[in-house]
Amino acid sequence: MFYRESGQFKSSYAADSAIFTIAQDRVFIAALLALSFVAVPGLASDYLLSGILIPFLILSLAALGLNILTGYAGQLSLGSAAFMAVGAFATYNFMVRLPGMPLLLALLLGGLCAALVGVAFGLPSLRIKGFYLAVATLAAQFFIEWVFTKFGWFSNYSSSGVISAPAMQIFGYPIDTPASKYLLTLSIVAFMALAAKNMARASIGRAWMAVRDMDVAAEVIGIPMLRTKLLAFAISSFYCGVAGALYAFVLLGTVDAQAFDLHRSFQILFMIIIGGVGSILGSFLGAAFIVLLPICLNLIGQVFHGAISTQFLANLEMMLFGGLIIFFLIVEPHGLARLWQITKEKLRVWPFPH
Amino acid sequence: MTQHRKIGDVILQAEAISLSFGGVKALSNISLEVREHEILSIIGPNGAGKSSMLNVINGVYHPQQGHVVYRGKARDRMHPHEAARQGIARTFQNIALFKGMSVLDNIMTGRNLKMRANFIQQALYWGRAQREENTQRAYVEKIIDFLEIQHIRKTPVGRLPYGLQKRVELARALAAEPTMLLLDEPMAGMNVEEKQDMCRFVLDVNDEFGTTIVLIEHDMGVVMDISDRIIVLDYGKKIGDGTPDEIRVNPDVIAAYLGGSH
Repeated sequence: MFYRESGQFKSSYAADSAIFTIAQDRVFIAALLALSFVAVPGLASDYLLSGILIPFLILSLAALGLNILTGYAGQLSLGSAAFMAVGAFATYNFMVRLPGMPLLLALLLGGLCAALVGVAFGLPSLRIKGFYLAVATLAAQFFIEWVFTKFGWFSNYSSSGVISAPAMQIFGYPIDTPASKYLLTLSIVAFMALAAKNMARASIGRAWMAVRDMDVAAEVIGIPMLRTKLLAFAISSFYCGVAGALYAFVLLGTVDAQAFDLHRSFQILFMIIIGGVGSILGSFLGAAFIVLLPICLNLIGQVFHGAISTQFLANLEMMLFGGLIIFFLIVEPHGLARLWQITKEKLRVWPFPH
Repeated sequence: MTQHRKIGDVILQAEAISLSFGGVKALSNISLEVREHEILSIIGPNGAGKSSMLNVINGVYHPQQGHVVYRGKARDRMHPHEAARQGIARTFQNIALFKGMSVLDNIMTGRNLKMRANFIQQALYWGRAQREENTQRAYVEKIIDFLEIQHIRKTPVGRLPYGLQKRVELARALAAEPTMLLLDEPMAGMNVEEKQDMCRFVLDVNDEFGTTIVLIEHDMGVVMDISDRIIVLDYGKKIGDGTPDEIRVNPDVIAAYLGGSH
């Protein structure tokens, strides 16, 4: 009864195709944004910011990128971490080699480099689909990791292949405290999430979903396959690239190519499977789940101090992930986002039966 | 006869089309003409090459021999999306809707060709992108009214019964404002009422929009009633071409349908 749209009439097509058509949703999201932009940076501890919220936001952005490609355009990819690496290394090189380059511009250029690489590795998608495409993107994963380890130029000939973030500042404000890093990440992620939602509800999003659901029919209705698929690869890789750069600079500070290995790609894929394939909200839910699960397990481990070994906990985490992936693939292929949607539908009448 | 617009000149000519898959000859040496504003039916037993013929017309298949002339322009090896750009839309024998999308979004994809905003404008949902969404939506609503599917606008197409899915597929094709509409068995699997509705829509489309319609159908009653002209295929060859009355008495056609010596 609290979450219902009765009495809310729409009198224009613009209102009908708005992102949040129901007033309760608008209030909720406004409150959430106010909380995360104003209250959290002031109140949260450094551990909460750097240990949980920043990794959650950055991984959400990567999941969003993969969701555009896999969830919306239906092209299975196992190369997300490789595109993150391209973004990180490209941004690093722009900043180191062009002194005075503004941070945001370097991030943008880094993302564009990732987009170009994404398009190159997306070319096989015009001929192959499904598992075969996944294997082709797997090639990107191994190839790019190898390139960054093998050729010293990319890491500015640092002895161990590690890149370290130069001092960051935006319009003269230094980005060095956890709160400032959090705000930078949050602003970028919020803006890019809005852009992703906008694309999803506009003609490019419909073209992606059309290609995903029935590619022959999509082409017959006039959707050019080449352009649509490559645009999905480009935009998805751009998102991953920016996420990778933030991961390297804002979260870790120093990073080598091994931080973007196949394991990371799988982690991002699990996020969208658990969170919801083809859903913007799902990318965030999945990232939250995967970031929080190990932390929760640790807390449980502390309760049973001594009774459970840390090794067992680490294995338990893997087992839980595996079990959950199977659970979601069988029971709810649309993930947490769909569960949330069902909850909302139930909430319309709750606590009354009708 | 229906009192739709006057049948005009030939807009599409298929000349000596031959198409084979490996050793199987799907079409051999077929020539046909489609005239503007007419309703042309293609009939024939299963495997006669009817769907292959439609696939040749809108570029899904490329014939090994012969070529298609559409509005005075010969074309070889064109892609289906180029055919769509030239005003050819179609529906499929097995429903080919976008299952994960709502009825409204499915029909909106039919308007994608009319949209010019680039992806950055769309990402910002600003200016042209927003204007286009609203103007195209207005047109889509006209199609929704025309086909009487207002009540299922926001329903995911996967949840709809078969008859309504066929109607949504027609709506998606119509949203592209085609000059020529290819319908592959639009009434297959429908009950009598649904067939009547569909016939009415096909005739209305032809009448109100002047759309040229090429359809494949097995229901002879429907075909004889609504067609201006009928082409009969059998084993990839054309065995008849004429008005319903001529086809009814064509000995080759009778032999093909009732059995006889080939």
